[in-house]
Amino acid sequence: MTRVDLPSLATASQSEVARQMQVCNACRYCEGLCAVFPAMERRRVFTEGDVDYLANLCHNCGACHYDCQYAPPHPFAVNVPQAMAELREESYARFAWPQALGPVFARNGVWIALVSALAVAGFILGFALLADPGALTASGDFYAVMPHDAMVAVFAPVFLFSLLALALSLRRFWRTADDAHPVPVTLAALWQAMREAAALRYFDGGGMGCMSQSERPDRHRRTFHHLTFYGFLLCFASTSSGTLMHYLLDWPAPYPWWAPPKLLGVPGGLGLVIGAAGLIWYDWRRDPALLPERRTGMGAAFTWTLLALGATGLALYWLRETPAMGVLLAVHLGVVFAFFVTMPYGKFVHGLYRFAALVRHAHEGRAHDVQEAEAPTEGRVRT
Amino acid sequence: MSYDVLIAGGGNAALCAAICAARGGARVLVAEAAPKAMRGGNTRHTRNCRVAHDEGNGILTGPYPVDEYLDDLMRVTKGNTDTELAELTLQRSKEIWDFLEAQGVRFQPSLGGTLSLGRTNAFFLGGGRSMLNALYRMAEDLGVAIRYDTRVAAIEVEDGFFLGATLEAEWDGDHPRSERIEARAFVAASGGFEANLDWLEEGWGPAARNFLIRGTPYNTGGVLRLMLDAGADRVGEADQCHAVAVDGRAPKFDGGIVTRLDCVPFGIVVNAQGQRFYDEGEDFWPKRYAIWGRLVAAQPDQIGHVIIDAKSADLFMPSVFPPEIDDDLDGLAGKIGVAPDTLRKTVDDFNAACRPGTFDHTIHDDCRTEGLDPPKSHWARPIETPPFRAYTLRPGITFTYMGVRVNRDARVLFDGTASPNVFAAGEIMAGNVLGQGYLAGIGMTIGTVFGRIAGETAARAISNREPAS
Ligand SMILES: Cc1cc2nc3c(=O)[nH]c(=O)nc-3n(C[C@H](O)[C@H](O)[C@H](O)COP(=O)(O)OP(=O)(O)OC[C@H]3O[C@@H](n4cnc5c(N)ncnc54)[C@H](O)[C@@H]3O)c2cc1C
Ligand code: SF4
Ligand code: SF4
Repeated sequence: MTRVDLPSLATASQSEVARQMQVCNACRYCEGLCAVFPAMERRRVFTEGDVDYLANLCHNCGACHYDCQYAPPHPFAVNVPQAMAELREESYARFAWPQALGPVFARNGVWIALVSALAVAGFILGFALLADPGALTASGDFYAVMPHDAMVAVFAPVFLFSLLALALSLRRFWRTADDAHPVPVTLAALWQAMREAAALRYFDGGGMGCMSQSERPDRHRRTFHHLTFYGFLLCFASTSSGTLMHYLLDWPAPYPWWAPPKLLGVPGGLGLVIGAAGLIWYDWRRDPALLPERRTGMGAAFTWTLLALGATGLALYWLRETPAMGVLLAVHLGVVFAFFVTMPYGKFVHGLYRFAALVRHAHEGRAHDVQEAEAPTEGRVRT
Repeated sequence: MSYDVLIAGGGNAALCAAICAARGGARVLVAEAAPKAMRGGNTRHTRNCRVAHDEGNGILTGPYPVDEYLDDLMRVTKGNTDTELAELTLQRSKEIWDFLEAQGVRFQPSLGGTLSLGRTNAFFLGGGRSMLNALYRMAEDLGVAIRYDTRVAAIEVEDGFFLGATLEAEWDGDHPRSERIEARAFVAASGGFEANLDWLEEGWGPAARNFLIRGTPYNTGGVLRLMLDAGADRVGEADQCHAVAVDGRAPKFDGGIVTRLDCVPFGIVVNAQGQRFYDEGEDFWPKRYAIWGRLVAAQPDQIGHVIIDAKSADLFMPSVFPPEIDDDLDGLAGKIGVAPDTLRKTVDDFNAACRPGTFDHTIHDDCRTEGLDPPKSHWARPIETPPFRAYTLRPGITFTYMGVRVNRDARVLFDGTASPNVFAAGEIMAGNVLGQGYLAGIGMTIGTVFGRIAGETAARAISNREPAS
């Protein structure tokens, strides 16, 4: 018998996931689709920590909805991707630190991102207009618009605060799951989770591809996610390399095209723009059956912010020698600021929690001797 | 509008036939009685297909030669099979893996809790509905026309020759729309009649009203009836069906796999009067679960209750519904509506009869009763550790055996003569091969093999092209 641990399930989304997992545990047909089902089979009781963990282990590929013989209109009404998405969004707010900010962002995320981006952009523009209006259009020199020290003074505190908030949220997520089933963090599990995250192993319906619009699988959603993720990493590396060059080599911007900030930044920006645009398109075309009933808009705010990050960054690269430079710089910095501010309270956290869930899963997979179905993939060679 | 091949049904057999007929160059129309969201009959609920193979392949764990498959089939059917068709089916089951894979179906290792099938049965990745989705995608890509919510309501057959059929769209609603369709061949792949309670009652009497139907409510046997009325030869009897004991709280239809209960060998089973009625530990559960449907069907009100104690609570596959739980037997009796005194006496008698032994549910252990009627031959441990649990059982019908007789071309026989253009595949003709008993996964095998044959032969029958060798 599988048991739903009612007292420990605080929210409606949690009990719904627990209810559906109870059906799945008696069925198990989806065992080979992703990590969620083997992880579920290791449990007979579903508590708060278990369902939060399972929800964040789900990569939302959609496959198990179209494959489920108990999907609505069947009275069992199993719709795992929807139930998981709903619980995930809710859990982001629950694990947020400080707690009070989570719900505020969940409800107003889009506006907060937009307003902070515009406010900071306006602030920088006003600042430059007062100080030296000519710097905005002429020079191609960022630091004439906003001195380097001023940039650091504005961005460093926000960034560091966000990092702290992310770390504390992650710890809260891990501990809740630990309450149900404590596991240590091992190098082997970290390594396996890194490989699985880097390849998005569970974002492909067990080898057939994602199903986000209908029961016709396709692989492009994963490609767009890869572009976005690696584009983001490249951009991050670009900014970091710039910071290092500034402080360690005493070599301030602007950099020539062959310097690391540019070599990393341009493909990164392209990846972000193409990837985020693709994800937005998929999101827009998504089968409504897969969407959470209560959507927060946080996911959309996140992808649009990424798109804007990439687009304004690239525009700055190509148009820095033109009179548009000053305004573009202000807008780009505004978007960066908005990104930092919303990072701990928006969809950005999905990467962290999902990675943590993969680490947990990797460890459980090693510790317990439950045979995990290896997903057969297209063109699999049979021996 | 006229088509080359009209196919009744939307499950595995129908889709395999549609794909093969379309590949053979035919213009194909599939009429599926269910709406799109519920398409695919009992195939939705399947998880695997039993296929012969000479060596393992990384997913199938070892060889399963045709001869062994045939032995298994002979054993379960007690020889009640058409040997020619049985050998054909098993021989061609070797092609199923590659055939289905070419249609986009994917496989996975046997599921948790079903290791015993890992060598013989190919499990569909994502289950039967995923498998169906692949077949539908392929059929659509090949240009097969598919009408949902549309049943075959009448057929015109003259001396075994098919002329046309009446389709009824939105037949389930207030305004059904009828249309006569002409086609040069007809494939009946519309499943059995297990969801037709009136028909079941003809074979089983009023008890049939209390049966739960494990699969689709759309398999009401309409086409089977039409075919028999048109003079098709029959195989099997109306009271033959595969029945297992399922959770009594399952919905009337479509409960599927999750309502099965694997706890019988761990406890005792009593009827509504609190009396035991069969040896719960006779053999391993996979070998016995198919008899419990009939056993429970023979009890008053067609109901049984498994009683187990805390020792056994986690020894079997998780159930979809939680059991009734109580710290004492009287309380439990109240919850399941059995007189407390009788239940207590039954449990006490059973406990007293249990001989000491070493419990091991993976072998035929030596925990058994002595001097008890009926006995419990294995896994008998006193029911004494609270909390006590009760699961209610009812007969759950998986499928019926009665169908139409076919030859090795899947042509339906009318008075012993093969029809030039009427074919049958799947459950509606499975009785030719599976006269009785059941072998896990053979339903899909029969449907795939005969669906392919029906589609290919139908496509050939309507054109002058030389049959492919
Ligand atoms: C819970 C459960 C689990 C099972 N698991 C397995 C398994 O793992 N492996 C296995 O081999 N077998 C399994 N079986 C048996 C298996 O489901 C059948 O053998 C198989 O589905 C038969 O395929 P089919 O295409 O003949 O019929 P179905 O798949 O039942 O399809 C019949 C179709 O005909 C349609 N139809 C009915 N009447 C009409 C009409 N008048 N006009 C038009 N369309 C009509 C129905 O809507 C349906 O689409 C299982 C059965 C059940 C109930
Ligand atoms: S999603 Fe549906 S088919 Fe998949 S395991 Fe759960 S209940 Fe079974
Ligand atoms: S990752 Fe895909 S298959 Fe797995 S639970 Fe999520 S939606 Fe279902």
